[in-house]
This record gives sequence, C-alpha cells and structure tokens, in this order.
Amino acid sequence: MPSVTNHELVKPESILSGPSESREFPDWFCDQQRAAWTEFESLPKPTRKDQAWRFANVGLLDLSPFKYGGTLTEKERATILEQSRGLEEVAGRMIFAGDELIERAVISDQLKKRGVIFQSLERAMVEHADLFRKHFMSQPAKLGSAKFAALHQALVSSGTFLYVPRGVEIELPIEIFHWLNGENTSAFPHLLLVTDELAKVTVIEHFRSVNEDAPGFACGVNDLVAGPGAKVTYVCAQNWADNVIALQMNSTIVDHDASAMSLNLHLGSRYSRFESLSRLIGEGGRSDLLAVAVAKNQQEFDARTLQDHVSPHTASDLLYKNALDDRARTIFGGLIRVEPHAHFTDAYQKVRNLLLSDDSEANSMPGLEILADNVRCTHGATSGQIGEEELFYLRARGIAVPVAQRLIVTGFLDEVVQRLNHPTIAEHLHRLIEEKFAENHG
Amino acid sequence: MRRLNQHIDKQGELIMKTETSAVDIDRNKGDFFYPEAHVRDAGIGLSERTIHYIADVKDDPAWVREYRLRGLKTFLEKPLPTHWASKDLEAIDFNKIRYYLSPGTEPKRSWEEVPDDIKRTFERLGIPEQERKFLAGVEAQFDSEAVYSNIKKAVGEQGVIFVGSREGLKNYPEIFRKWFGKVIPIADNKFSALNSAVFSGGSFIYVPPGVKVKHPLQAYFRINAENFGQFERTLIIADEGSEVTYMEGCTAPKFNTPTLHSAVVELVALKGAKIQYITVQNWASNVFNLVTKRGLAQENAEVKWIDCNIGSRLTMKYPSVIMKGRKARGEVLSIALANDGQHQDTGAKMIHAADETTSNIISKSISVGKGRATYRGLVHVPKHLKNCKNNTECDALLINATSRTDTYPAITVRGTGNAVQHEASVSQVSTEQIFYMQQRGLTEAQAMSLSVNGFVNDLVRQFPMEYSVELKRLIELEMEGSVG
Repeated sequence: MPSVTNHELVKPESILSGPSESREFPDWFCDQQRAAWTEFESLPKPTRKDQAWRFANVGLLDLSPFKYGGTLTEKERATILEQSRGLEEVAGRMIFAGDELIERAVISDQLKKRGVIFQSLERAMVEHADLFRKHFMSQPAKLGSAKFAALHQALVSSGTFLYVPRGVEIELPIEIFHWLNGENTSAFPHLLLVTDELAKVTVIEHFRSVNEDAPGFACGVNDLVAGPGAKVTYVCAQNWADNVIALQMNSTIVDHDASAMSLNLHLGSRYSRFESLSRLIGEGGRSDLLAVAVAKNQQEFDARTLQDHVSPHTASDLLYKNALDDRARTIFGGLIRVEPHAHFTDAYQKVRNLLLSDDSEANSMPGLEILADNVRCTHGATSGQIGEEELFYLRARGIAVPVAQRLIVTGFLDEVVQRLNHPTIAEHLHRLIEEKFAENHG
Repeated sequence: MRRLNQHIDKQGELIMKTETSAVDIDRNKGDFFYPEAHVRDAGIGLSERTIHYIADVKDDPAWVREYRLRGLKTFLEKPLPTHWASKDLEAIDFNKIRYYLSPGTEPKRSWEEVPDDIKRTFERLGIPEQERKFLAGVEAQFDSEAVYSNIKKAVGEQGVIFVGSREGLKNYPEIFRKWFGKVIPIADNKFSALNSAVFSGGSFIYVPPGVKVKHPLQAYFRINAENFGQFERTLIIADEGSEVTYMEGCTAPKFNTPTLHSAVVELVALKGAKIQYITVQNWASNVFNLVTKRGLAQENAEVKWIDCNIGSRLTMKYPSVIMKGRKARGEVLSIALANDGQHQDTGAKMIHAADETTSNIISKSISVGKGRATYRGLVHVPKHLKNCKNNTECDALLINATSRTDTYPAITVRGTGNAVQHEASVSQVSTEQIFYMQQRGLTEAQAMSLSVNGFVNDLVRQFPMEYSVELKRLIELEMEGSVG
C-alpha cells in the first residue's frame, strides 16, 4: 500500500516536531496552529512551585517519547470498532482512533432537518466556519495548562462539532469514542458543543486504549456552551491504559437560566490531569460539577476546577469523590470565585477522599475567592477510611472482607453517579467501576 | 519642656494632613510619640556591615554573629514569595529600612529607672494598670531593646526565667542555644532569614519542669522610629509537665512610609507541657507584618495559638504546630478583621509527625469596606501514622459589597487510620437581623457591630478577660462608619 507509506513519511514522528504541514485545513486554521505552536514552545514547563501544579508529579510530563498516531491496519480497525461498545441506544456516534475518525453513526434525518449539526471538526470548520470560529478554543486556559492548551490547538487534527439549535431537545445521548493505538502514540481529542436557547443534549465521551500496557499521551479539550435556558449534560469515562499520560481541559459556559452538568469518571492512565472551568455568565445559570476517581497502583489523578461566578443569581455545586488504594495519589485543587457584583451567588464545593491503603495519598486544596457580598459559599474537604463499624456490620452478615470493602466503596462513589439522574449512563459507569475493582480482586 | 511640646504639635499636624483612612479611630490611643533619642543607629539599608554593627553593639558571641551572617545570605538569595503571596510585598524597599536602633540602655528592673518620656508612653498604653491587675510580669519593648522588664517575685521564685532575648542568650546560653533556631530554621522563608540576620529584642522564657505559671506573662511591642522595622525574636521553652501563657499586644504610632515588622517566635513544649500564646495585633495601617510563628509539641504536649489581627497594611502570619510526640495537640484560634487598605493573610499550619496527634483550627474573618481577609492553611498527615485527627473550620463574614475574602487550604493525608475534615463558609449579616435590632431602637451601625461581635463571640470568650474586652472594643471601633 504505497499511499499509506507516503502518508507515514510526511507525518513527523515525534509530536515535538510541531504541526504537520501536510494537513488540509483552511489557511486561517493553519495560521492559528502555527501561532499556537509558537506559544507552546515559548511557555515554560510547569513546575511544582507553580500554585496551579502544587503537589503534582510534573516529572511525568516528559513528551519526548510520544509520536503521532499511525494509520490503522484493517484488522486493528475492526478490533476497535468491535470494542467500541458503550450505550445501547444513542442519537449519534463517532469513533476516533489516533485522531482519525474511523466511524460515524449519523443523527436522524429529523434532527438534521431541525438544524442539528453533528460533524467532524475538519468538516465543520469549512462548512460552518463562522459558528465554529466563534467558539473554537475561545476560553483561556486559566487553570495552569496554558502550555498544553496551546499544544492541543497546534496539533489537533480532528474531533467532534455538535450544534443544537434553539428549542431542539435530543433525548438519546450522543456517544464519542477516542482510542489510543500502539506504543507511545498520542491523541488530541476535541469536542466543541454549542447549544442555542432552550436546547437540550447529553454527550458521553469514552477514552480508551487498544493495548493494555502501552505508554501513550492524550491532550484533549472539550468546550461546552450552554445557551440561554439550555440543558447540557456531559459525561467523560476516562479509561486509558495504565501507562498513559493524559491531560483534559474543559470549559463550560453557562448562560442565563441554563444548566450544565458534567461528570468525569477517572479510572485509567498513569497520570491524568483534568481541568474544569465553569463560567456562569447569566442570571439563573446553574452548573453541577461531578467527578469520581478510582486510583490504584501508582496512579495519580490531578483535578483542578474553577467555579467562576460572573453574573449575580447563579448557582454551582461541585462534588468530587476519590477512592485511593495502593500507592495512588489524588490532588484536588478547586476554587469558587465570586467576581465583583456577582451578588446572590450560591456556590458549593465538596471533595471527599476515601483512603484504602497506607501508602495512598490525598491532597485537597478547596479554595474560595469572594469579591461580592450577599453570597452563600461553602466548601468542605474530608479524608478518611472505611469505618470499622460499617465493615463489621457486613462481616456479621457473612460477607467476606474484600467484598464488603468493595460494596462500601462503590456505595460511597454511587452518590455522585446517581446525581446524574440518567439510569442508562449510571449503569454503564457502574459497570466500568466494577471492572476496575475486579482487576484487583480477581 | 516647651520645645518638646512644639515638636509633638508639629509632628501631629504633619500626620493629620496626610492621614486618609476614615476608620482609624481606635488607633488614636497609640498615635503619639516622643522625640527619638537613639544612641545606637545602624543606619539605613542592609549589608554585612549592618550585621557586624549589630553584632558589635550587642556584643554577640561568635556563633550568633556567624548565624546572623548566614541569615543575611539566605535572605538575599531567597526571592519574595509573590508566586503565591500578595504582590504588595514588592512595595517594601529593603534598602530604606533601619534594621537596628537602640536607646542604648540596658533593660531596667525597677520602674523608677525608666526614662520619663518612655514612661509616659507606657502610661498611655496602660501598662502600669495591667501590672496592677496582677499580671505576672511585663516585658515592654520600646524600639529594639527592652527598656523595662519585671517579673513578679513569685514567678521568679518558681524558677521561671522571663527575660529579653539578649539577656537569655548571655545568661542562659546552655538552654538558649539548644533550642534557638531549631523550630524555625534560618531558611524557612525569606522573612525568617531576615529576622535571623538582624534580630534584636523579644522574650526568652523558660519554665522548669512541673511549674504551672498562674498568671499570663505579657509583653508589649511598639514601633516608634519612622522607617524602622522591628525584628524581635522570642523563644519559649516549657519543660516537662509545665504550663505557661504568654500574651503579646501591639500598637504603633502612625507614620507615612511603610514600616516592616518581621518577628520569629519559637515555642517548645516538652513532654506533657502546655503553652498558650496570645497575640492581639493592632499595628498602624502602614505596617507590613510578616511573622513566622511555630511551636513544637512533644509527647502529650499542647501548643495553642490565639491570634487576633486587627491592624497593619499587610499581615502574613500562619502560626504552626509540629506535633512531634505521641498524643501531642495543636490548636490555632484566629480572628482577623480587614478594613479599607488592609490585607489580613492569616491562617495556620498543622504538621502531624506522630501517632494519635490531634489538631484544631478555627478561623473567623471579617472583611469591611475594601478590606481583604485571606485564610491560608496547611494540614499534613504523612504516611504510617495512626489515629491522627484534624478539624478545620473557616468562617468569613462580608460586610460591604466591596469586601473580599479568600480561603486557600492545602490538605495532605496519607494512609488509613486518620481523619481530616475541613469546612469553610462565607456569609453576611442578614438584613432581617439588622432590621430586627433596629426595631428595638439600635442604630444600623450598633446593630452591625453587635452582629459582628456575635460572630466572633465564641472565639473571643477563649481570650483572657482583659484581652476580650479590648478586642470587643476594637471591633466596635472598626465597625464604625462601615454601614449607612
């Protein structure tokens, strides 16, 4: 297959050699990529002394081994498609492997007729240039990863663009898969979701690896725009292989009377950093930020969040729960910021760590910055372990210790998943959590 | 005498013209001063010469001189911590500060020997009255040297040592050297390094085993010379099973150029000992108050910091406890009030380093006008410790729409068997509350003041009586003019 060979030749091996010149994107997009690359190169590497990287194992962020994802063989393609099982019923589906869109289950004609756009990034930037340019990478990376956001922008080559017009409600979830394939490959997943007034949509993204022990690198962005009165639900099921270094940067813009809910489940990777910025820009807006992490072995999950209340009369509620075993580490750095004049803010933030081993370590930095009065802002952070009494109760009923522990831990995490109020997705996430525990006790 | 009065008038007039703050009423008590008669002046700026000058004047032993020089080196090497702290630190011009001043007098034992003008200063500060209130001893610092120090006979007979840090160094070198700089090393932070280089004044206290000091020991600090930083160094050692309470209050006359206060306070509570350290800080609103305070608690010992910050332009102070022995306890109770032009950046650090250690942090802050109150905390439970507990509660009260409050805790917990909880909330005085009180004939300001005092009341009650009265009065004064 000579064409494949050529393709591989023009593709730079290492991601550190910069954006590929061979991609067929509009000029303005290529200019942006070059500018982003310059920015990436000029920004300093994060160090632990940076507040935004406090406690993080920044030494793991060595990008030199990673290269672009290669082209798939037919067999690999078939395997990936077969393994891309998520929800039973969906409104639309996209499957990416190494940033290449390999399958797309289109949305119904009815939705299309009503103006829903569900396209790959490269098509959307041509066919819906104005809408795309207005929202693409429009939020600053405020939570420490400006360098990696620049890297993403420079190297992103595909992704999902979803636009839901005024008043359209998509009942079934939209499902997106991202696969890492091969040793030391990289992926730059991108999701841009824009909803207009009173629209409603649910999106679930799965992040997975084909090869169980293969090292890899993922640097993704997902930007969600909830228009006035819109309802957006976003779920991320991160289950990369255990040697993957992953960064994911999220921004959520919540307009007046809109509500956004996000749930991030972290199971895989060696080091996974997740930055979530929720900006409440209109009165009556509400944002729910949920996360569950099951950290084992030497995994490190590093979550940084900002609940940014720009407008008065807005609400946000964050609940992050971590279960830690072995030598795992978690970091939570969260901030509720109430901007001047954002009176009548109602913000809540809670992080709870359940430590299951003597070598696990939980770091919590729940923060508040309040620049307006007439607000109600509360945060809490707890770290503890399974209560002896709980365990005793279950043992007294003949349940073995490992099973009892698992029951207690899944019960602890379940509270977060239930908040989604979406039984099918909750069931799917449950199964993923159960599988992760089964790895240990199998 | 007439010349003296003229001088005061002239100075007073100058100050009146440049004063801008509207809510400084409470500080008028300390807003006066007498002509400076400093015999020993190290000049302006900081260099090795300054260090040698101080060491010469104080007749330091060689190891202290060496220690000071290391402090200077570390201070110069370390950058300002502006990557996390306020950029306001950049306003300090370290080359324009006088690092050492002394009236050139040895600490006085009897009241009669104290010079008249200094006596008048203390009279207005109320020290003799407090003496009459059976306080165990008074150690007053006027500029960098203690000019008056007296311990009640009873305390002395118990074998308690309560002297200035210089006397402690000279007369009790074996105890002093053993602990000096051990709790807070030179390189702990830029300002502890600065203090290590130029320290003078402060207290040295040693409580022998089993001795329980009934009355609180007290020291008053006061800045008098313009552009002059105070760098006192306090070391308190409570030997096994002993108990001591130390109180420190600060007032300062107002000056128009920034003044730096950078103290280091080290507490050592040996097995089963209890130390309680109480501070009411009311520096003038141009003072940078950058203080390092840390206690070491051995087995079954307890270190408790009660810290109240009302004054200063920028305070950065995070009293810490290292719980090094089994069942050691650490506690920080903190009240901060930030008014216009003030940033109270306070908090606590709790380092658990042994099994079954417990710590408690309760912080209450009030932000008024454009004031900013920040809580910054650290709780650390390293691995393989069992049954450690920490409880942290931070409550912030916002008075005006322009007030600001922040909370930045950092909590690290390793392993099972420990329990750590942190909770913070931000609220304001409800309009219903104010309305209710106004219905009963209180003005809005009185109602506000009552609410604020209610907010801090459960903490204030833990203060010794004299302090809680003074504190309530200070809060009332600060609240004046904040509403309406």
